[in-house]
Amino acid sequence: MAPKTPRVSRNPELVRGVGKYSRSQMYHKKGLWAIKAKHGGQFPRHDPKPKPEVAAAKPPKFYPADDVKKPLTNKRKPKPTKLRASITPGTVLIILAGRFKGKRVVFLKQLPSGLLLITGPFKINGVPLRRVNQSYLIATSTKVDISGVNVEKFDDKYFGKKAEKKKKKGEGEFFEAEKEEKNVLPQEKKDDQKSVDAPLIKSIEGVPDLKTYLAARFSLKAGMKPHELVF
Amino acid sequence: MHSFWLHHRATELCRVSQPFKRYVEIGRVALVNYGKEYGRLVVIVDVIDQNRALVDAPDMVRTQMNFKRLSLTDIKIDIKRVPKKKTLIQAMQEADVQAKWEKSSWGRKLIVQKKRAALNDFDRFKLMLAKIKRGGLIRQELAKLKKEATS
Repeated sequence: MAPKTPRVSRNPELVRGVGKYSRSQMYHKKGLWAIKAKHGGQFPRHDPKPKPEVAAAKPPKFYPADDVKKPLTNKRKPKPTKLRASITPGTVLIILAGRFKGKRVVFLKQLPSGLLLITGPFKINGVPLRRVNQSYLIATSTKVDISGVNVEKFDDKYFGKKAEKKKKKGEGEFFEAEKEEKNVLPQEKKDDQKSVDAPLIKSIEGVPDLKTYLAARFSLKAGMKPHELVF
Repeated sequence: MHSFWLHHRATELCRVSQPFKRYVEIGRVALVNYGKEYGRLVVIVDVIDQNRALVDAPDMVRTQMNFKRLSLTDIKIDIKRVPKKKTLIQAMQEADVQAKWEKSSWGRKLIVQKKRAALNDFDRFKLMLAKIKRGGLIRQELAKLKKEATS
C-alpha cells in the first residue's frame, strides 16, 4: 500500500471559521457531481445493516416513586506515581519510616499502584519483598547489578490482604477460631523470596564491603547536615 | 599616588620582622572568598583604588573585585601591570601556580574538603570501616610497645 498522506482540506481558511470557498464551490471541488453521475443521479447510500433481533426487554418490576439520581460518570484512569529519576532498578534506597527505618535496601521495580517493590535482601538485613512508598525513601547513588533477577510475577495483588473466609457464627468456636488467625507465611512466599534474593546476593558479594553496607542501618551522626549530604 | 608605591616598595625591601607577610601587589595570587567566583584562584593585575583590585584568571573574564572578597596567598608571579591574557597564562605556567597551590597545606585542605563533600553514602560507610581498621592497628602496635616497655 502507498504510504498514507495526511488529509489536507481543499478549503483554505481565511479567518478562523471562514473558508475561502462557498458550499456550492466546495461541492464542485470535491467532485460530488461526478460521484452522483457515476451512481445514476443518486448519491450513494449505505443503509445500516439489519441488526440481529434483540429480545424485547421485559418491563421493570419496580419503578421508584421519586427520581433516582444518577452519579456523574467517572472515566479517570489512575496511573502509577512518577518515579524519581534517581531511582532505577538496582538502586540502594534508605527507608526512612516504619519498622525498617534506616535500613538500606535494593529497589526492584515499580508496581502498577505506584509503590516500589524492594527487597533487603532478606538474608542480609531482614527486609523481605515489600512495597514501599517513594516518599519514605532516600535514593543513594549506589547501584546493584539486578540483571539476574526476575520480578515479573510480583504485582499489588500478591501483597494484598487475603480475603477472609466467612466466620461461622458460634460462641463455642470463638476461642478456637482466634488461634487459627495466626498469620503463617506460606511456603510459596518464602520460596519467592529465596529465588529473588539468590542472584542478588551473588552480585552484591561481588562488590567489596557492599554486603556489610546493606546490613548496617543508616543514621544521622553529629555534624551531618542532610541538606548538604550527597547520597 | 606614585609616592605611595615608592613608599610601599621601600618597606618591602627593608622587611625584617614585619607583622604582615602577604602584600597586595601586581602578581599576587589570591583566593576569592565571596560571591559568584567563590573558591577561584585569581591574580591581582592592577589596583584600582583603596578598596578594589583588577583581577584575572586564565578561565575568567578580567573583573574588578573588592579586597574584602580576596584572601591573599603566599604565591606571587612575575608580571607587569595589566598583562595580556596570553602573557598572564604563560607567566602562571612558568611559575607553576596550580602545582604550588595544590602542594601548599591550604590548597591541600581545600581539596580534602571538596572530596569529603562529594562522598557518597557508600563511600562514607567505607571510610568509617577504614577508620576503625586503622584505629585497631594503631592500638595493636601500642599494646605491643607497652608490653615491650614493661617487660
